[in-house]
Amino acid sequence: MSVLGRPLARLEGREKVTGSARYAFESSPPGVLYAWIVQSTIANGTIREIDSGEALGMPGVRFVMTWQNALALNDAGDAELLVLQSRQISYRGQVVALVLAETLEQAREAAAQVSVTYDSEPADVSLSTTHPRLYAPAYTNAMFATDSVVGDVEAALGAAPVTIDATYSTPAAFNNPMEPHATVAEWHGDDLDLLDATQGTNWARETISAVFGLPPESVRIRSQHVGGGFGSKGPTRPNAVLAAMAARLVGRPVKIAYTRQMMFGLSGYRSPTISHIRLAAEADGRLTAVSHEAFGQVSPIQEFVEQTAVPTRHMYAAPNRLTTHRVVALNLPTPSYMRGPGETPGLYALESGMDELAAALGIDPVELRILNEPAIDPESGEAFSSRNLVGCLRRGAERFGWSARDPRPAVRRDGRWLVGTGVAASIYPADVVPSTARITAYPNGRFELAVNATDIGTGARTVVMQIAADSLGVEASCIDVRIGDTALPAAAPAGASWGTASWGWAIMKAGAALLEALQTTPRIPDSGLSVLSDTAEEVAAMTKMARFAFGAQFVEARVDLESGEVTVPRMLGVFAAGRILNPRTARAQFVGGMTMGLSMALHEDAVVDANAADYANRDFASYHIAAHADVPDIDVEWLDEEDGNITPTGGKGVGEIGMVGTAAAVANAVWHATGIRVRDLPIHPDKLIEQLPSPY
Amino acid sequence: MSPSEVRPNSAPSSSIALSVNGRERALEVDNRASLLDTLRERLDLTGTKKGCDHGQCGACTVLVAGRRVNSCLTLAVAVEGDEIVTVEGLSDGDRLHPVQQAFLERDGFQCGYCTPGQICSTVGLLAEAKKGWPSHATADVSHVCGPEGVTLDENEVRERLSGNLCRCGAYANMVPAVLDAQAAERR
Ligand code: FES
Ligand code: FES
Repeated sequence: MSVLGRPLARLEGREKVTGSARYAFESSPPGVLYAWIVQSTIANGTIREIDSGEALGMPGVRFVMTWQNALALNDAGDAELLVLQSRQISYRGQVVALVLAETLEQAREAAAQVSVTYDSEPADVSLSTTHPRLYAPAYTNAMFATDSVVGDVEAALGAAPVTIDATYSTPAAFNNPMEPHATVAEWHGDDLDLLDATQGTNWARETISAVFGLPPESVRIRSQHVGGGFGSKGPTRPNAVLAAMAARLVGRPVKIAYTRQMMFGLSGYRSPTISHIRLAAEADGRLTAVSHEAFGQVSPIQEFVEQTAVPTRHMYAAPNRLTTHRVVALNLPTPSYMRGPGETPGLYALESGMDELAAALGIDPVELRILNEPAIDPESGEAFSSRNLVGCLRRGAERFGWSARDPRPAVRRDGRWLVGTGVAASIYPADVVPSTARITAYPNGRFELAVNATDIGTGARTVVMQIAADSLGVEASCIDVRIGDTALPAAAPAGASWGTASWGWAIMKAGAALLEALQTTPRIPDSGLSVLSDTAEEVAAMTKMARFAFGAQFVEARVDLESGEVTVPRMLGVFAAGRILNPRTARAQFVGGMTMGLSMALHEDAVVDANAADYANRDFASYHIAAHADVPDIDVEWLDEEDGNITPTGGKGVGEIGMVGTAAAVANAVWHATGIRVRDLPIHPDKLIEQLPSPY
Repeated sequence: MSPSEVRPNSAPSSSIALSVNGRERALEVDNRASLLDTLRERLDLTGTKKGCDHGQCGACTVLVAGRRVNSCLTLAVAVEGDEIVTVEGLSDGDRLHPVQQAFLERDGFQCGYCTPGQICSTVGLLAEAKKGWPSHATADVSHVCGPEGVTLDENEVRERLSGNLCRCGAYANMVPAVLDAQAAERR
């Protein structure tokens, strides 16, 4: 059996269970200073004055960096990184000063003594579909078209016997990897060395070298172990820029970590979304119109447009379609990448709407989706490289016991609980970007794989080893793996579910070339025989096709009539994500995604305090994420999917497909249990309790 | 513990001796220093993680006198004389602690950042179960256990480990790991 497809245990598992795996902050070069961020306490206006005097007089304090004494930075296309460059404040929590001291305790206490006065302006913090400053951006995140119109949606809606018109909303969602963002920065002359909690050090190096005006080769960034990211550690964040800038100014190494509270503002988050969904169908269930108008927010300094309506463009066949995005700049922290940008909130809306349509038509929700399965990508007209949504739905229905389901809502009672089941479909792009990789053969029979992949908990380190072993036809134990360092051949960041496919293609190419080179090399030199690959040409030459992973989610929900509490005893996800390269780590990704989707559906709620003009619940005591007791045993299965039209790895990526459909499946199950359609996540008890029948 | 002289303009500190993983460590600590920061920044024991610094996530869980505590909510000066065990002190040389072994075998982690806390918390909860301590998930608190203490099931584990958050969503694999560890402990 090939090494690919084997459930190998994580290479770094032992380090992780013994505590020897070091994350970004866990290094203290000699002479290191600790940095503590001071954040703005107004949401809009300007800094009038900063008095650092008292802080500077405190023991151990070496420097207080403000807009007046910071280095001048270059704009690298992300205004979030232009820290301490002006008096301007655009949201509460923006960085206004950085205190550097000999110890953490000294830095933290001194930060509280930095006195900042402001000239405050009124702040605008409420998102609505009627906000006068809503605008159509030039494009969404990932450069998708802002609007797409096919046919005549209004006419189709007017003519259809069955229509749905509903608005769904999701609150701001904070990534909150367990490891807060952190950086250790050290200059050697004009060369900069960073240990950074990032999903991709090449991307980070591009950003950092641009911000500081350095040649990329004088910046080295490493991220050996990363404590989760979920998108928040994709782009470089202010922590890395602050550490590098401060280290330059004080001439000593500097380490910085966000507090958990700072994670709610300085590391990105998913914009709250509002989706106006309109569906029109014939009585037989065939869709005649799909309309998805999405609304979100950006910050005054940086535009990141959640592509909420984009997944709707590819899901179902309907002759008339409309998808639009409108955003408004509010005085709130800058939204950014969060697991499944676009798909996650967008599919919650669309797949809830499809459930409402199924009920209105009296058609089973699984069958309704199958009925509207498109033959080609409705948006581009391109063929799908493979599309096994129907297979996922059918297999899931069988495994979940769907056929026995009574479609009527609110009729299953078990003591004080109402019980229901729900389904939703999932889609996520299977993209690839160019990467490079080097494999070196040594005379002792070992091989070194060098590829600047990043393992943020996905199992990347293990999977790239398997791909290398497979390409060389050797056992995985013959491969030494080096990742997470810009000194290695450049590779894609871990994000957008494209990491494994991108790294894997480069590794396979290097492996094949090395095998060839070995044939003509009578004796491998002691220094080894190396091959460096680059997939830029192959990626550019890929034929245009619609490449996506698909999935179907099935959920059982129980709703407590006494309290309105929702529990989920059972979840099933069936996925079609191409070839599964390591079943053990892939399963963990699917299960982890479903767990986060469950958390989104039932728990996570970011509340804007209009008076303070900020999110009010900025910690784990008040921003609840799913804990052990909230998470059932999660059942995951995948279809064997051979797709010859994607990368040679055959894998479509598994980081996001597990998450994107989960919340809709939960909400649909809650409707089936109670008859109550919650169109505004999360489904907290207060949204149910008043409409629930008496338990007695 | 002898509070050192308070120098003008200087934060008070104390000379203390901490017993960590069976080793005495004498050090001068800032009285404000948490046990967590002392372990990580002073003793270079970075296995214990900081997820929130507020007692809300469990990443910093260590064992103090055999009981699990949030080291971020514990001042270093307050635990002088107590036996402190961190994730680095669980294994017996190269032999992993049964809980570490079970997490490894069950793939009870992804990024690994919550993992030392989950593991220390599990060691603590197994000791609590052994002593017969009930939990919210215990149906009948008057008859919780036989001579071996509480026999855990999935719901007991989920309840007792709920102070340890995992954003990667590795919970589903940790539950069988904890059950394996209790079984191993009883063999
Ligand atoms: S770091 Fe101590 S509980 Fe979170
Ligand atoms: S394994 Fe990543 S937070 Fe638990």
